[in-house]
Amino acid sequence: MSVARSWRTRRQRYSLVGERCEYCQNAIFPPRDVCPHCAEPAQKEYTMSGRGTVYSYTTVYDPPAGFEAYAPYPVALVKLDEGPMVTAQLTDVGADDVRIGMPVEMVTRKLSEQGDEGIIQYSYKFRPRWEQQAVAA
Amino acid sequence: MRPVYIVGIGQTPVGEQWERSLRHIAHDAVIPALRDAGVERVDALYVGNMLSGELVGQEHVGALVADFVGLRGIEAYKIEAACGSGGAALRTGYMAVAGGLHDVVVVAGVEKMTDTIGKDTTAGLAMAADQEFEAAEGVSFVALNALLMRRYMYEFDVPHAAFGHFAVNAHHNAAGNPNAMFKSPISLETYRKATMIADPINLMDSSPICDGAAAVVLASEPVARALRNGRRPVRIAASSVGTDSLAVHDRRDPMKLEAAWISSHKAYQQAGVTIDDIDLFELHDAFTIMAALSLEACGYAERGRGVWLAEEGEITIEGRVPVATMGGLKARGHPVGATGVYQVVEATLQLQGLAGRNQVRDANIAMTQNIGGSGATVATHILVGE
Repeated sequence: MSVARSWRTRRQRYSLVGERCEYCQNAIFPPRDVCPHCAEPAQKEYTMSGRGTVYSYTTVYDPPAGFEAYAPYPVALVKLDEGPMVTAQLTDVGADDVRIGMPVEMVTRKLSEQGDEGIIQYSYKFRPRWEQQAVAA
Repeated sequence: MRPVYIVGIGQTPVGEQWERSLRHIAHDAVIPALRDAGVERVDALYVGNMLSGELVGQEHVGALVADFVGLRGIEAYKIEAACGSGGAALRTGYMAVAGGLHDVVVVAGVEKMTDTIGKDTTAGLAMAADQEFEAAEGVSFVALNALLMRRYMYEFDVPHAAFGHFAVNAHHNAAGNPNAMFKSPISLETYRKATMIADPINLMDSSPICDGAAAVVLASEPVARALRNGRRPVRIAASSVGTDSLAVHDRRDPMKLEAAWISSHKAYQQAGVTIDDIDLFELHDAFTIMAALSLEACGYAERGRGVWLAEEGEITIEGRVPVATMGGLKARGHPVGATGVYQVVEATLQLQGLAGRNQVRDANIAMTQNIGGSGATVATHILVGE
């Protein structure tokens, strides 16, 4: 990712800053300025809690350029408690232990390094909320 | 709007064409299509291509190909809609002729994917997805489809093995297509044992990386009549494109290909047909999950039931909904920006009774559907043999 793009999206990657539509009240992430639900302008900032559940998951064995050093790694679609879905890597969990419906929470982790000259990219990843599952069990 | 006819077709074998560059591969499809049509000049050239810039370092492909096929001077552009580029280019050519701006145009699809190494091609293909919030997290294009497949299996209680029939059917049909990349049949056992790429998607769920080009010449009715070559006239009875969110995470329902629903149902209306009238369906089986979701979006199966059409044998050449009749993306191969044009070339062969041992009996109406990304652009065409 370019330095400019990384900088521009830092509040999304570090703290899940999205929007809330003032017309239909839906939460939006990532921010897009036009509500995908009702097509009205939506620019009111709204920060997601970072809690959600796994909607689906997989493991990347054959990574795109820039992620070779980390493969294999688990990725998921996470349904946030506020409604939006996020595509993200999972962390602090083995691939065999992931389940659909598993409660997860957002943490900040290193995503990639671009060598000695480049930037170190951080982003959200999601880890299991084990205590939540213990209660549920 | 004026009726639009397919008056010439051309295609190259799909595979690793080390000795030919992007421009030469395009040439190898366009020249045969022009010869097939019996025309030397056309009014315009529309080239479907996704990754020339990323994988070959070459943009401005419209003028390049026009020059290399002896058409220097004509109007020419590249049309890009990820893996749906070929279908989008066909739609563009159709609009030009149907709208009366041109009388005869050539639509080509071309992709050169083997000049780069695997990880760069993988990163290129991920450009079909949302770069800022999907690909940026290290999620490959295969992984996005794996997320859909895993959810489908969970939500509708489908075992992975059920998808194998799509791959078996595609390989079986490719064996009868001299231009297909994989001409050897596979068994369900081969499918089950295939190498995992992004769980649950294995190598046999996935279409291959390859080079290829296909082309069709489109003409208005008077031109088509003048060019008649003794083969059955094939008319484009419907041409439509639908869109959805680029990112899977932004879909209203990730288990429904909304753009495919929009595009196919608009096409049925334009052509005045129902799915029962359609004799074969060249669908976008880039991954087996896409085949299942397409069948559902187009109305062939209820939500969560598309995969069972394959198991029940409905998708074979003798079945109710023959799909991938010349091998599909899985086994003919998926040179991404060319695929949508290959589908139309193959459907034309079927309607003209030229599909050899893969011939669908009494084929009068064919549908092709080309999908960009994980469902964000979907181009559907319905062809009628007159």
